[in-house]
Parts: sequence; C-alpha cells; structure tokens
Amino acid sequence: MGQIIVMTSGKGGVGKTTSSAAFATGFALRGHKTVVIDFDVGLRNLDLIMGCERRVVFDFINVINGESKLHQALIKDKKVDNLYILPTSQTRDKDALTKEGVEKVMEELRKEFEFIICDSPAGIEKGALMALYFADQAIIVTNPEVSSVRDSDRILGMLAARSRRAELGLEPVVEHLLLTRYDPYRVERGEMLNVDDVLEILAIPLLGVIPESREVLRASNVGMPIILDDESNAGQAYADAVGRFLGEDIEHRFIKPQKRGLLARLFGRTR
Amino acid sequence: MATDTENVSEKDASFQLRGGTFSLMVLKLLDAASDTLFAKLGDKVRQAPNFFRNAPVVLDLDGLPGNELVDFADLKARFRELGLITLAVQGGIHRHQEAALRAGLPLVPVSGRSNKLDTTARPDTPAAATPKAANRHGAPAPARAGQEATGRPAMVINEPVRSGRQIYAQGGDLVVTAMVSAGAELLADGHIHVYGALRGRALAGLAGDTSARIFCLSLEAEMVSISGLYRVNEDIPPAIFKKPAQIYLKDGYLSLDPFSDRFSGNS
Repeated sequence: MGQIIVMTSGKGGVGKTTSSAAFATGFALRGHKTVVIDFDVGLRNLDLIMGCERRVVFDFINVINGESKLHQALIKDKKVDNLYILPTSQTRDKDALTKEGVEKVMEELRKEFEFIICDSPAGIEKGALMALYFADQAIIVTNPEVSSVRDSDRILGMLAARSRRAELGLEPVVEHLLLTRYDPYRVERGEMLNVDDVLEILAIPLLGVIPESREVLRASNVGMPIILDDESNAGQAYADAVGRFLGEDIEHRFIKPQKRGLLARLFGRTR
Repeated sequence: MATDTENVSEKDASFQLRGGTFSLMVLKLLDAASDTLFAKLGDKVRQAPNFFRNAPVVLDLDGLPGNELVDFADLKARFRELGLITLAVQGGIHRHQEAALRAGLPLVPVSGRSNKLDTTARPDTPAAATPKAANRHGAPAPARAGQEATGRPAMVINEPVRSGRQIYAQGGDLVVTAMVSAGAELLADGHIHVYGALRGRALAGLAGDTSARIFCLSLEAEMVSISGLYRVNEDIPPAIFKKPAQIYLKDGYLSLDPFSDRFSGNS
C-alpha cells in the first residue's frame, strides 16, 4: 500500500508546489513509483512547475466526477521514469473536492504507487482540508518568518484533529518540517528566524532546510523541478531531504553562511 | 470508543449512533414558585454572562416539594430569557418528571445512583448545585472537597495545543502535558497546568473562582487571566519571561511568581 504524503503550510507562497515537484521527482529518481496531485482546484500550477501543462486533457476533478478514468488523467513525466502527475481543474473550485470522490481516487492510487504526494492549496479551508485528510505523513513547508511559522502551527493542529487518522483514532500523521527559502546570511544578521527558533515553536522533526536560491524561480519558469538541477544549493538540499525522508542519515547543510575561500571561488560551487 | 470503530465501517450510512458522556451544569430547583428565583438567577448570570450564554442546563428536581405544581414549559422559556437552554431533568418525583416530559424535558439518569422513581427523601447531593463559581466561593465544607475530586476529573491533554485551538475544561482543571502555541486558548473553571511552554492564552477560574491558578514550565503567554483579571504578554516582567511560573490572585491582584530554581531544573 502506498504512502499518502501531504505537502502543506497554511500560508501561501512558501514553496509547497516547488517542494511537491521536487519530492515527487526525488522519489522517482530513486526508483519509487510516485504520483503528485494538485489539490489547488481553480489555481492550477503544479503542471507548470512539472512542465507538463501542454499535455493536460483530463484532470483530478474529472476523475472525481466519474467523467474520465484515472489512467486517462494521469500524465507520465517525460524526463523521469516512475513519475506521474495528476493535474487539477482550472475552471472549477474547491467544492468539487468531495470526500468520497477524493477517497476513491486515493484508494485506487494507493494500489499502484509507492508515494502519493498531495500538493495542498494555501489556507485552512476545504481544499487544504481535503489535501491533508487522507495523509499518512505530512511535510510542513515553512519559511523562516513569524507569520509562516504560526500558520504552520495551525495546520499541525488541524492534522492532529481533523485528518482521517485523527478521526478514526489511528496512529497520528507523521510530521516533518521543511524549512524553505532559508537565507543563512539574513539569519546571521537577525533578519530571519533561525532553524532553532522555528524548531522551538513547532516542535516537530526537521526534514530539511532549503536555502533561498534564484535557481528555484528559473527552474519553475522552465517547468523543471529544481531537484533535477544538482548544481544548485536548493536542488542538492532537496535531494538530501528526500534521502532523509527515506531513512538515510544525511547531515544538514546550507544552514550556516558558507565561508568561501579563494579556492572555492576559483573552483565554483562546493558543498 | 468501541462503538466508534464499529461505525466507521458503515461508510454508506447517512448517520451514526454513538454514546456520549457530557459534563453539564445542573441547576437544583428548590422552590420553582419563588418570586425571587429568576431575579437571583439573573444576578448570577450577570456576574459571568459569557459562561451562561447559551449554556445547556439540567434541572435537578430532588429539592422540589412534592405538592408543588410546576409549569416546566414556562420555566424553560424564562431560563432561556436568561441565556440558559434547558435540556432535561434529573431526580425528583414521578409527578414532576411527567410534567417535565410534557414540556419536552426528558429524564436523564443521575450518575452514580439508580434512576428508578423514588418519592422518598434522599440525602442531599452537594455537587448538584449551580456552577462551580457558586460552589467554590467561600470556605468549602470538608465533605465537598471529596465530592469535587470524584465528580470533576481534570481534563488532561497529552499533545501540543496548536494555534487556533480552544480547549475548555468546564467545571474543573485543565492539564496539558505539552506546549501551548501562540494563538491557542486554554479555558478552565479550575486550575490550568502546562507542562511545557505556555505561548497562547490561559484563562483559569473562568466562572469566577478566585482561588484558581495557572502553572507552566515556561511563561511566554499572550495573555493570562484568573477569574477575569488578566495580564497580556507585554506586562509580563522580563525576569520571569520564559521561566517556570505560577499565576494566582493575591489580595485582588494578579501575581506572577517564578518557581524557585531548586525545583525547576532549568535556568
């Protein structure tokens, strides 16, 4: 049975879709059959980030409404094996997400995929609730600033109270913290919360710290998940985080400002 | 909880029947015909309007004289005017219970004793009086302490209380064995214990109990309040901020005291 993972945050613009695309691609690169689903009905973005927007025929909502078969809506990624995208509808709204409909799709996907990543919309309303409801694990995407941290705290509360696992009294949803858009230089100057500040408030295990990187925007614009850019710090940090998720013991990096000496500068990027 | 898991399998059902246990306010009627009943109750309501607003209440009929004729429909309507919603009755004699049922008030079993109809006088049950506020004021009789211990178990929360969550321990103490986030709210008619950082709001003695206290391992609260007297985060002295502390009323003032380092185990 596949694991359902929700990528959620409460707050918008923190990097949920970027992280969903990166994790899905990362799992697939390691040979795990993975599907990533866009729950942001009406604000369809995942297909752009995954670079498959010109191949969308049927979508998640069509499947929920029984207008198409699941296999007609699943898009196979062209760059990476084992990777599928289930785009959402741009013309409908969150009310199209019925619990019964989503459950039916989830059960079907569980049989076929190892990892099912649910890319949650921002907010705490129906779309976000449906994205987290069936989750076995949750990756909480947080920026190092107070409003993002508080919204993440709110979402953690909803996972603990309103997920399927909570309602049925099963083992709670496993929580992971992914700190994104982290700028070690600004942290050092006291302009951003540091990792420890965030961990103290949220009190959940740290999965990874993704450094702020201009490469992320560039990758988004060309529809290439950032994890495929193994030159970039952000891409490497996502690869590390995927490894940790799969149980590997990988040291955190990109947390401290890099002291770049002459040699490092001469030879380009180092770890 | 067994019923919960059984019902879950019935996915297609349009409803589920479950048992539930509730802690409700009990109003013991001693003289339903008294002219002062509603005036006095009105005074009580004005002392803690939030507590009584739309508060469900069960009427205890044990204290009613057997010969009194009670118009329960009228009682229900007048309690509603004061904010209370009458749910049911408990105890009393058959005639009163019948009259209550005609007014749409069913008989609920009294916990801890059999509910068979009984016309003989019962030993008094002190816990079945009006809210905690009334109970805990003044010097309690020795017998009452035991009654409260058995009748009002503390509510214990073993997980972090996250932003946006509100927990109310009605009629008793609230114990949280984890942290309480900013944006969360703890309410209790009794004491509040937080065995973690308290970053949200904590309001103890909500129904007016001035002896209620708040205890926490790290005082970072947005607001603390005992029986309506409050202090916001800004007003917490820096010396006690992020320290283990207790908050209580002393001579009518809110007192924030650090626990001595000897006990706290941290700096």
